[in-house]
Amino acid sequence: MSNTVHTHTFPNGLTLLAESMDFVRSAAVYFLIPAGCAHEAPEDAGLASALAEMLPRGAGDRDTEALMLAFDSLGIDHNEGPGLLNMFASGSTVAKNLPQALDLFADVLLRPQLPKDDLPAVQSQLLQDLQSLDDSPQEQVMLELQRRYYPSPLNADRYGTEETLKSLTVKKLRAFHQRLFRPNGTIISVAGRIDWPKLKDQVERLFGGWPVGEKHGLTIDPAHKPQSVHLTKDKQQTQITFAFPSVSVTDPLYFAAKGTVGVLSSGMSSRLFTEVREKRGLCYSVYASHEAMKDRGTIVGYSGTRPERAQETLDVMLAEFNKLRDGVQQDEIDRTKAGLKTSLIMQQESTSARAGAIARDWYYLGRVRSFDEIQHEIDSLSPRSVMDYVDAFPFRDPTIVTLGPAELKRP
Amino acid sequence: MPFHTHRLPNGLEIIGETLPTSRSVGVGFYVRTGSRDEVGPESGVSHFLEHMLFKGTPNRSALDVNLHFDRIGAKSNAYTEYETTVYYTAVLPEYLPTSVDILADILRPSLRQEDFDTEKQVILEEIGMYADMPPFDASDKARKIYFANHPLGNSILGSVESITALTRDQMQTYFDRRYAAGNLVVAAAGAFDWANFVELVTAKCGPWTAGGQPPRTQLTPAKPTSGSHVIVKEGVSQEHVMVMAPGPAVEDPIRYSADVLSTIIGDDTGSRFYWELTHPGTVEASGYGIDTNQANGTLGGYFSSDPDNAKENLATVHKILRDVQKNGVTAEELAVAKSKIASRLVRRSERPMGRMGAIASAWINNREFDDIDTELNRYEAVTPASIRDLLTRFPIDAPTVVAYGPLSSI
Repeated sequence: MSNTVHTHTFPNGLTLLAESMDFVRSAAVYFLIPAGCAHEAPEDAGLASALAEMLPRGAGDRDTEALMLAFDSLGIDHNEGPGLLNMFASGSTVAKNLPQALDLFADVLLRPQLPKDDLPAVQSQLLQDLQSLDDSPQEQVMLELQRRYYPSPLNADRYGTEETLKSLTVKKLRAFHQRLFRPNGTIISVAGRIDWPKLKDQVERLFGGWPVGEKHGLTIDPAHKPQSVHLTKDKQQTQITFAFPSVSVTDPLYFAAKGTVGVLSSGMSSRLFTEVREKRGLCYSVYASHEAMKDRGTIVGYSGTRPERAQETLDVMLAEFNKLRDGVQQDEIDRTKAGLKTSLIMQQESTSARAGAIARDWYYLGRVRSFDEIQHEIDSLSPRSVMDYVDAFPFRDPTIVTLGPAELKRP
Repeated sequence: MPFHTHRLPNGLEIIGETLPTSRSVGVGFYVRTGSRDEVGPESGVSHFLEHMLFKGTPNRSALDVNLHFDRIGAKSNAYTEYETTVYYTAVLPEYLPTSVDILADILRPSLRQEDFDTEKQVILEEIGMYADMPPFDASDKARKIYFANHPLGNSILGSVESITALTRDQMQTYFDRRYAAGNLVVAAAGAFDWANFVELVTAKCGPWTAGGQPPRTQLTPAKPTSGSHVIVKEGVSQEHVMVMAPGPAVEDPIRYSADVLSTIIGDDTGSRFYWELTHPGTVEASGYGIDTNQANGTLGGYFSSDPDNAKENLATVHKILRDVQKNGVTAEELAVAKSKIASRLVRRSERPMGRMGAIASAWINNREFDDIDTELNRYEAVTPASIRDLLTRFPIDAPTVVAYGPLSSI
C-alpha cells in the first residue's frame, strides 16, 4: 500500500523528502523552516506574519508582478504562513511544473526583496485581520485559551497587537529572516509524480549553497501557571474551550492519547457528539482534539452554544472527560481504529496531504513512518492502552476559557 | 469511457465513474431539492430535514445510524444548497455495500417527533453560530435583498421564527413532495465495480415507491433588486460589501467563459481585485465569482475591510468592473486564468470525492458527462471573443450593492 519514500540530508543540514505517487498527474511541495511566531521578540509580535506576507512580494530577479505572474502562469497555488515554531510554505500544481515551482520557492525563501514600499500595505492588511478576529468568535476563543494555557513564548500567535504591528520595519523583517532562516532544521518535502534523481539534483543546486545557521532555542517561562478566564462579549452564542495536559508525538502513549480523543470525538457516534449534541441538542459544534509539539501535547475541548444552555454544555462535556476513567468499550475502540485507518488510506490519494504528512513525521520523529508502521500502531490500540493513558493523564484541573454574554461556573 | 448510467423502474438514477488508481470510493445520494423549493412557512425545512435523515429509520435508531457509519470508518456527511441536498460517504472499497445500505436506509427516515424536537434545538444553535459570523450573515441577507421575491433568495438555514414554528407534519409533507425516487441521483466515483454497485443500489432502492421529478416553481430568471442597500450592524468590526449582477445560468454553455472571467477579476492571487485591493492592503478579504443555478446565474464580488476604507474600496470595485466591461481582458490574463483553472481541475480530479461532485453536478444540471480532459477542453476553448459575448449578454458594471456592518451609508 505504501508509495516509495526517498530521503536525503545535504551537508548543510537541509533535509529533502519525496514520495513517489505514479498514479497522479500533480505534485505538491511543502517547506518547514524553523522560524515561527515563538521566535519573535514580544515587542515585535506579528513579525512572522508580516514576513510571510512580504516573502512573495518580489524575490530574486523578479519584482512582485513578475513573481506572481510566474506562479500563476504555472498554475501553482501557493501559501506562505507562520506557525508557532515554524514558518511554512506550500505549493501544488501539475507535476510537469514542479521544477519551475521549486525555482520560484528558492527565490522566495532565500532571496526575498522585502520592498520597503510594500510594508504599509502588509501592516494595513494585518491590522484588518486582527480587527476581524472580533467577527470570528470560535477562532478568538481558541486563541485566548492558548494565550493563557501555554507558557511564554509558546503562547505566541500570528496576530500581534495594533501597537506591535505598527512598529514593524523592514529592517526588523530582514534581521529575523537572516537570523532564523537556515538549512539545518529546514525540511522540504515533495509528493506526487516525481523523478527522484532529478529532484535531488535540482534541490542541491538551489539550496545546497545555503549557509548553515545558528540554532536558536527558546526560553520557556518556568513559572507559568495556566489561567482560566471568562471574556464578556455580546454574542448570540457562548464559546467554551478548555485544555488538559497530554503527551508529545514522541511519547510511547501518543497513540493511546489519539485513541482517547477518538473515543471522545472521532465520529458521530463518539461520546461528546452523542451526549452533547445528539441526546441533548445543546450545540451544533462540539469536539476534542490533540495538539502536539515536540516536547509536549495538549487535549483541547470546544463547543459553542446559546448562553442559557452554556452551563449545561460545559458540565456535560467535562463529565464525559471524567467518565473515561470508568472504562471504554471494545466497540468504541474499534470505531476509532476504523476511522483512523480510513484517514490513513485516503491520505495516500492526495499529494498535498502526503507532502505535509512526511514533513511532519520527519520534524517530530526524524524519520518517515511507513504505512505498515502506522497501521500497526492503529491496530495495537485497545481499551487497555486507552485506560493506561487515562490513568497516566487523568483529566483534572482543566484550564477553561469562555467567551460570551455571561460567565459560567467552573468546577 | 469508465462512465455509466442506469435508471431503475421507480425513476431513481444511478451514475458512476470508476477510477482504477483510487484507494477509496465516494458515494453520494443527490436529491434535487433545496431552499428554493420551500414555500411559505417551510423556510429552513430542507436543511432541517437533512439533519433529520441522520436521526433514524424503521430499521435504525439515531445512534445506530452514527454507530454503523463509524464502524466502517466512513467519512460521511451531508449538506444543503439552494437546489440540491446531498448525503455522502467516502469509504474503503470493501465497505461499499454497508455504505450503500446505510445511505439508502436513511433516505427513507422515520422523522420521529422526539428526535424532531431535539434536533430543532441543534438547528437553532447553528443559526446562532452563523449569526455570530458576519460573512455568512451578510451573504444570506444580501441574497434576500437581491433576489427579492424569487425563491433563490430563500435562506438555507431559515430563521429562528420559521424553525421554531415548523412542525413535524410540515416536514413530512415537504419530504413526500421532494424525496420521490425520480428526484434522486445516486453517484459513485473511485475504486468500485459498476455492475456490483448497480446491484447494491437496486436491492436497497428498487422497492421504493415510483415517483417522478416534482416541478420546480418560478423556473424563470429573477428580477433582481437594483441600487445600493445598507444593513447597519453595530458591534461588527469590518464592513462587508457585496456586488451582484445577473450571470449565466447552469444550463448556459457560456458559464465556462464566466468562470474564467471570474478568475481574472477576483482570484486570490494575481487578479484585478488582488492588485487593486489585496496588494495595497486596503481589504481584509476579497473575491469575485459565479454562482449558477437553474435558469439563474449571478456574477458577484465581495470584500470586507476596515469601515474607514469601505467607500474607497467600493469605488475601486466599480472602477474595475467598468474597465473590464469596456475594455475586456488581456490575452495574458486569459492564458494565466486558464492555467490556474486547469491545474486546479487536475488536482481536484485525483480524489474520488472530487470526481463524484463533478459528475453528479454535470449530470443533474445538464445530463452531461465530462471526463477530466473534456472538462479541460471546455475551459481551453474560452477566447477574448467569448468573454466579450458574455459581457454583452451579462453586463457586470452596474451591480446591486449591499453593505453590511457599522456604516450607515456607503
